[in-house]
Amino acid sequence: MKCVSLVLTLAVAAGLSAQVASAQTLKTVKDRGMLSCGVGPGLPGFSSPDDKGNWTGLDVDVCRGIAAAIFNDPTKVKFVPLSAKDRFTALQSGEIDLLSRNTTWTLSRDTSLGANFTGVTYYDGQGFIVKKSLKVNSALELNSASVCVQTGTTTEQNLADYFKGNNMKYEVIAFGTADEAVKAYESGRCDVFTTDVSGLYAERLKLANPADHAVLPEVISKEPLGPMVRHGDDQWFDIVKWTLFAMVNAEELGITQKNADEMAKSDKPEMKRAVGTDGNFGEQLGLTKDWLLRIVKAVGNYGESFDRNVGAGSKLNISRGLNNLWNKGGIQFAPPIR
Amino acid sequence: MAIEPRQPPSQLLPRLQRALGGRAGWSGFVVQLLFAAALAWIAYEIVANARANLQAQRITAGFGFMVNTAGFDVSQNLIPYTGSDSYTRVFLVGLLNTLLVSVIGIFFATLIGFTVALGRLSPNWLLARIAGGYVELVRNLPPLFQILFWYLAVLAVLPNPRQSISIFDSFFLSNRGLVIPKPIGSPGFEPFMIALLVGIVAAIVLWRYARRQLFESGKVIKVWPYALGMLVGLPLLSAMIFGAPVTFEVPVLKGFNFAGGSRVIPEFVALTLALSTYTAAFIAEIVRAGILSVNKGQMEAGSSLGLQRGSVLRLIVIPQAMRVILPPLTNQYLNLTKNSSLAVAIGYPDLVSVFAGTTLSQTGQAIEIIGITMGVYLLISLVTSAIMSFYGWRLGRSLGNS
Repeated sequence: MKCVSLVLTLAVAAGLSAQVASAQTLKTVKDRGMLSCGVGPGLPGFSSPDDKGNWTGLDVDVCRGIAAAIFNDPTKVKFVPLSAKDRFTALQSGEIDLLSRNTTWTLSRDTSLGANFTGVTYYDGQGFIVKKSLKVNSALELNSASVCVQTGTTTEQNLADYFKGNNMKYEVIAFGTADEAVKAYESGRCDVFTTDVSGLYAERLKLANPADHAVLPEVISKEPLGPMVRHGDDQWFDIVKWTLFAMVNAEELGITQKNADEMAKSDKPEMKRAVGTDGNFGEQLGLTKDWLLRIVKAVGNYGESFDRNVGAGSKLNISRGLNNLWNKGGIQFAPPIR
Repeated sequence: MAIEPRQPPSQLLPRLQRALGGRAGWSGFVVQLLFAAALAWIAYEIVANARANLQAQRITAGFGFMVNTAGFDVSQNLIPYTGSDSYTRVFLVGLLNTLLVSVIGIFFATLIGFTVALGRLSPNWLLARIAGGYVELVRNLPPLFQILFWYLAVLAVLPNPRQSISIFDSFFLSNRGLVIPKPIGSPGFEPFMIALLVGIVAAIVLWRYARRQLFESGKVIKVWPYALGMLVGLPLLSAMIFGAPVTFEVPVLKGFNFAGGSRVIPEFVALTLALSTYTAAFIAEIVRAGILSVNKGQMEAGSSLGLQRGSVLRLIVIPQAMRVILPPLTNQYLNLTKNSSLAVAIGYPDLVSVFAGTTLSQTGQAIEIIGITMGVYLLISLVTSAIMSFYGWRLGRSLGNS
């Protein structure tokens, strides 16, 4: 672990001293013929490889959507699995073109890392998971508990705030990766494991007996998760931002993976703008007119991707909740294409 | 008429020439100067470029973050620490945790290493084979694997706190670690310590006196009963007069964990065990090589003086072997310290975990933090080497070949 950060750091130092902040990410990606995307090393529903090395997940779909918009081929992505602690360094050093790795949007990350968040792929919050045998029903009953956590996350700080705010004592054991933390929780070293609620559901699947563990009702923080790009390339920032917006807009307009070709023939004005038969919105982004269709055909609209990866159509079975569209009771809202 | 002694030609200039430029003289000096200048220029370019580009990309740079609030907690802190302390404090907490595991690891590695080496050289067949087997098994498995083994396979099978193994209802062993009663100083503490100190000094004086008697008149005085009497008796006397030196805060199970008492966390135990047993295997081989390098005649000479095997080893062989043992032994000490950074895998809060890990990802200032961390490891290693060199120098002097 130390080696990775060390190498990346040297790469930052060397990279920064060699390149003058290049603002040509799209050109670089096209020349390379491949998008390099930083993802989580294995969080079911967000980014995990199957036994054949195919990556799937909500975060992965963002990468694939961008690749589809650029190359019209969602497989032209090189996935770089990153631990929480190495992710920003990998982005800064230019090793990846974007970071799509359930990363919480905070002010300091937006300002001090030389990178920007492009949007919110998943509205999340931090929660706790405990063994049912402990008979704990609320996080407020966790006084004096031992808590396992992955290091290098906002989770650690929220945890400290929450226990301090509620005048409770606790012991924190921080591990380098989520896997190690979950393993220690399972072995009984900790009473509680904490991370974003979506992560709790995902990690619970990996436990020997998922039914023996309960997610507590308290959500102790706001965790808007989204992709990040480097400062200094506004065109690339726009492409990543609007790929997500395209997925959300497609859901709102009712464009799905299946009916995409049909919808392309529609003569409703807003539909024509979205599918590129009217205007040149894709070209304004540096892409092609049919950019939105390419994205939706590759990964589906936001709702389809959500259902397939984390929602009703997946093992995680998380309800849409906050992540439903704004006109269906959630807060997912994309600016219009016009 | 006195004959003027001929002045030898001044050696100053040629000497200076050689010192500065080696065999090539002045031209060599110029080359070296140019080389040094080029190195300095490259270093300057790297720093200046990195600075400019960090600024251009608006990545925060500099060491200002060290005074910001850390906002996270650490499971083992030797100095008082809470989440509202600064990153500087986190750095110190991590550094002390690294030093603690290194020092204790080095101590046990040396102890086990010497024992195993002597075992391997022992004429006892079984003992030699067991020691040999230990070395071959332990040194051929990767250290990270051994750390995980101790942590996940040995310590994790301990029961949970509610079913912990209790010894006299005051020591509790569970998968949360070993909880022991915590000594708290009471009024009898100072007199007790003074009595203990007096006891130690008296024992040392007595031992030196006995040694001088042995060397001067060959008289053997049995010292240890008196020394032990003073070491135990004086503090005991003080405790009887002034009251117990400490009272113990006995841990009690409260909620999920034990409250009160002191606790040794299992991460620390696993890391110390793994590092000391792993390094001990290498130390054992170094010590064995060192002892074998001492001429066999020395051993025989010692035996012919009527010394027992243990005394021959202690007084004659090992001091001579130390000259061979010391340099590679220093390497092992340095390796152990550096391997302690594997701690992050089992959640032991060492320097790499809390500073180069959590602090780095919270602040994103990779260059500064990795720079500081590398500097610290370099410093620890250099200090360790310096201490070992000093010991080697003293050893050389006492063997009469400084």
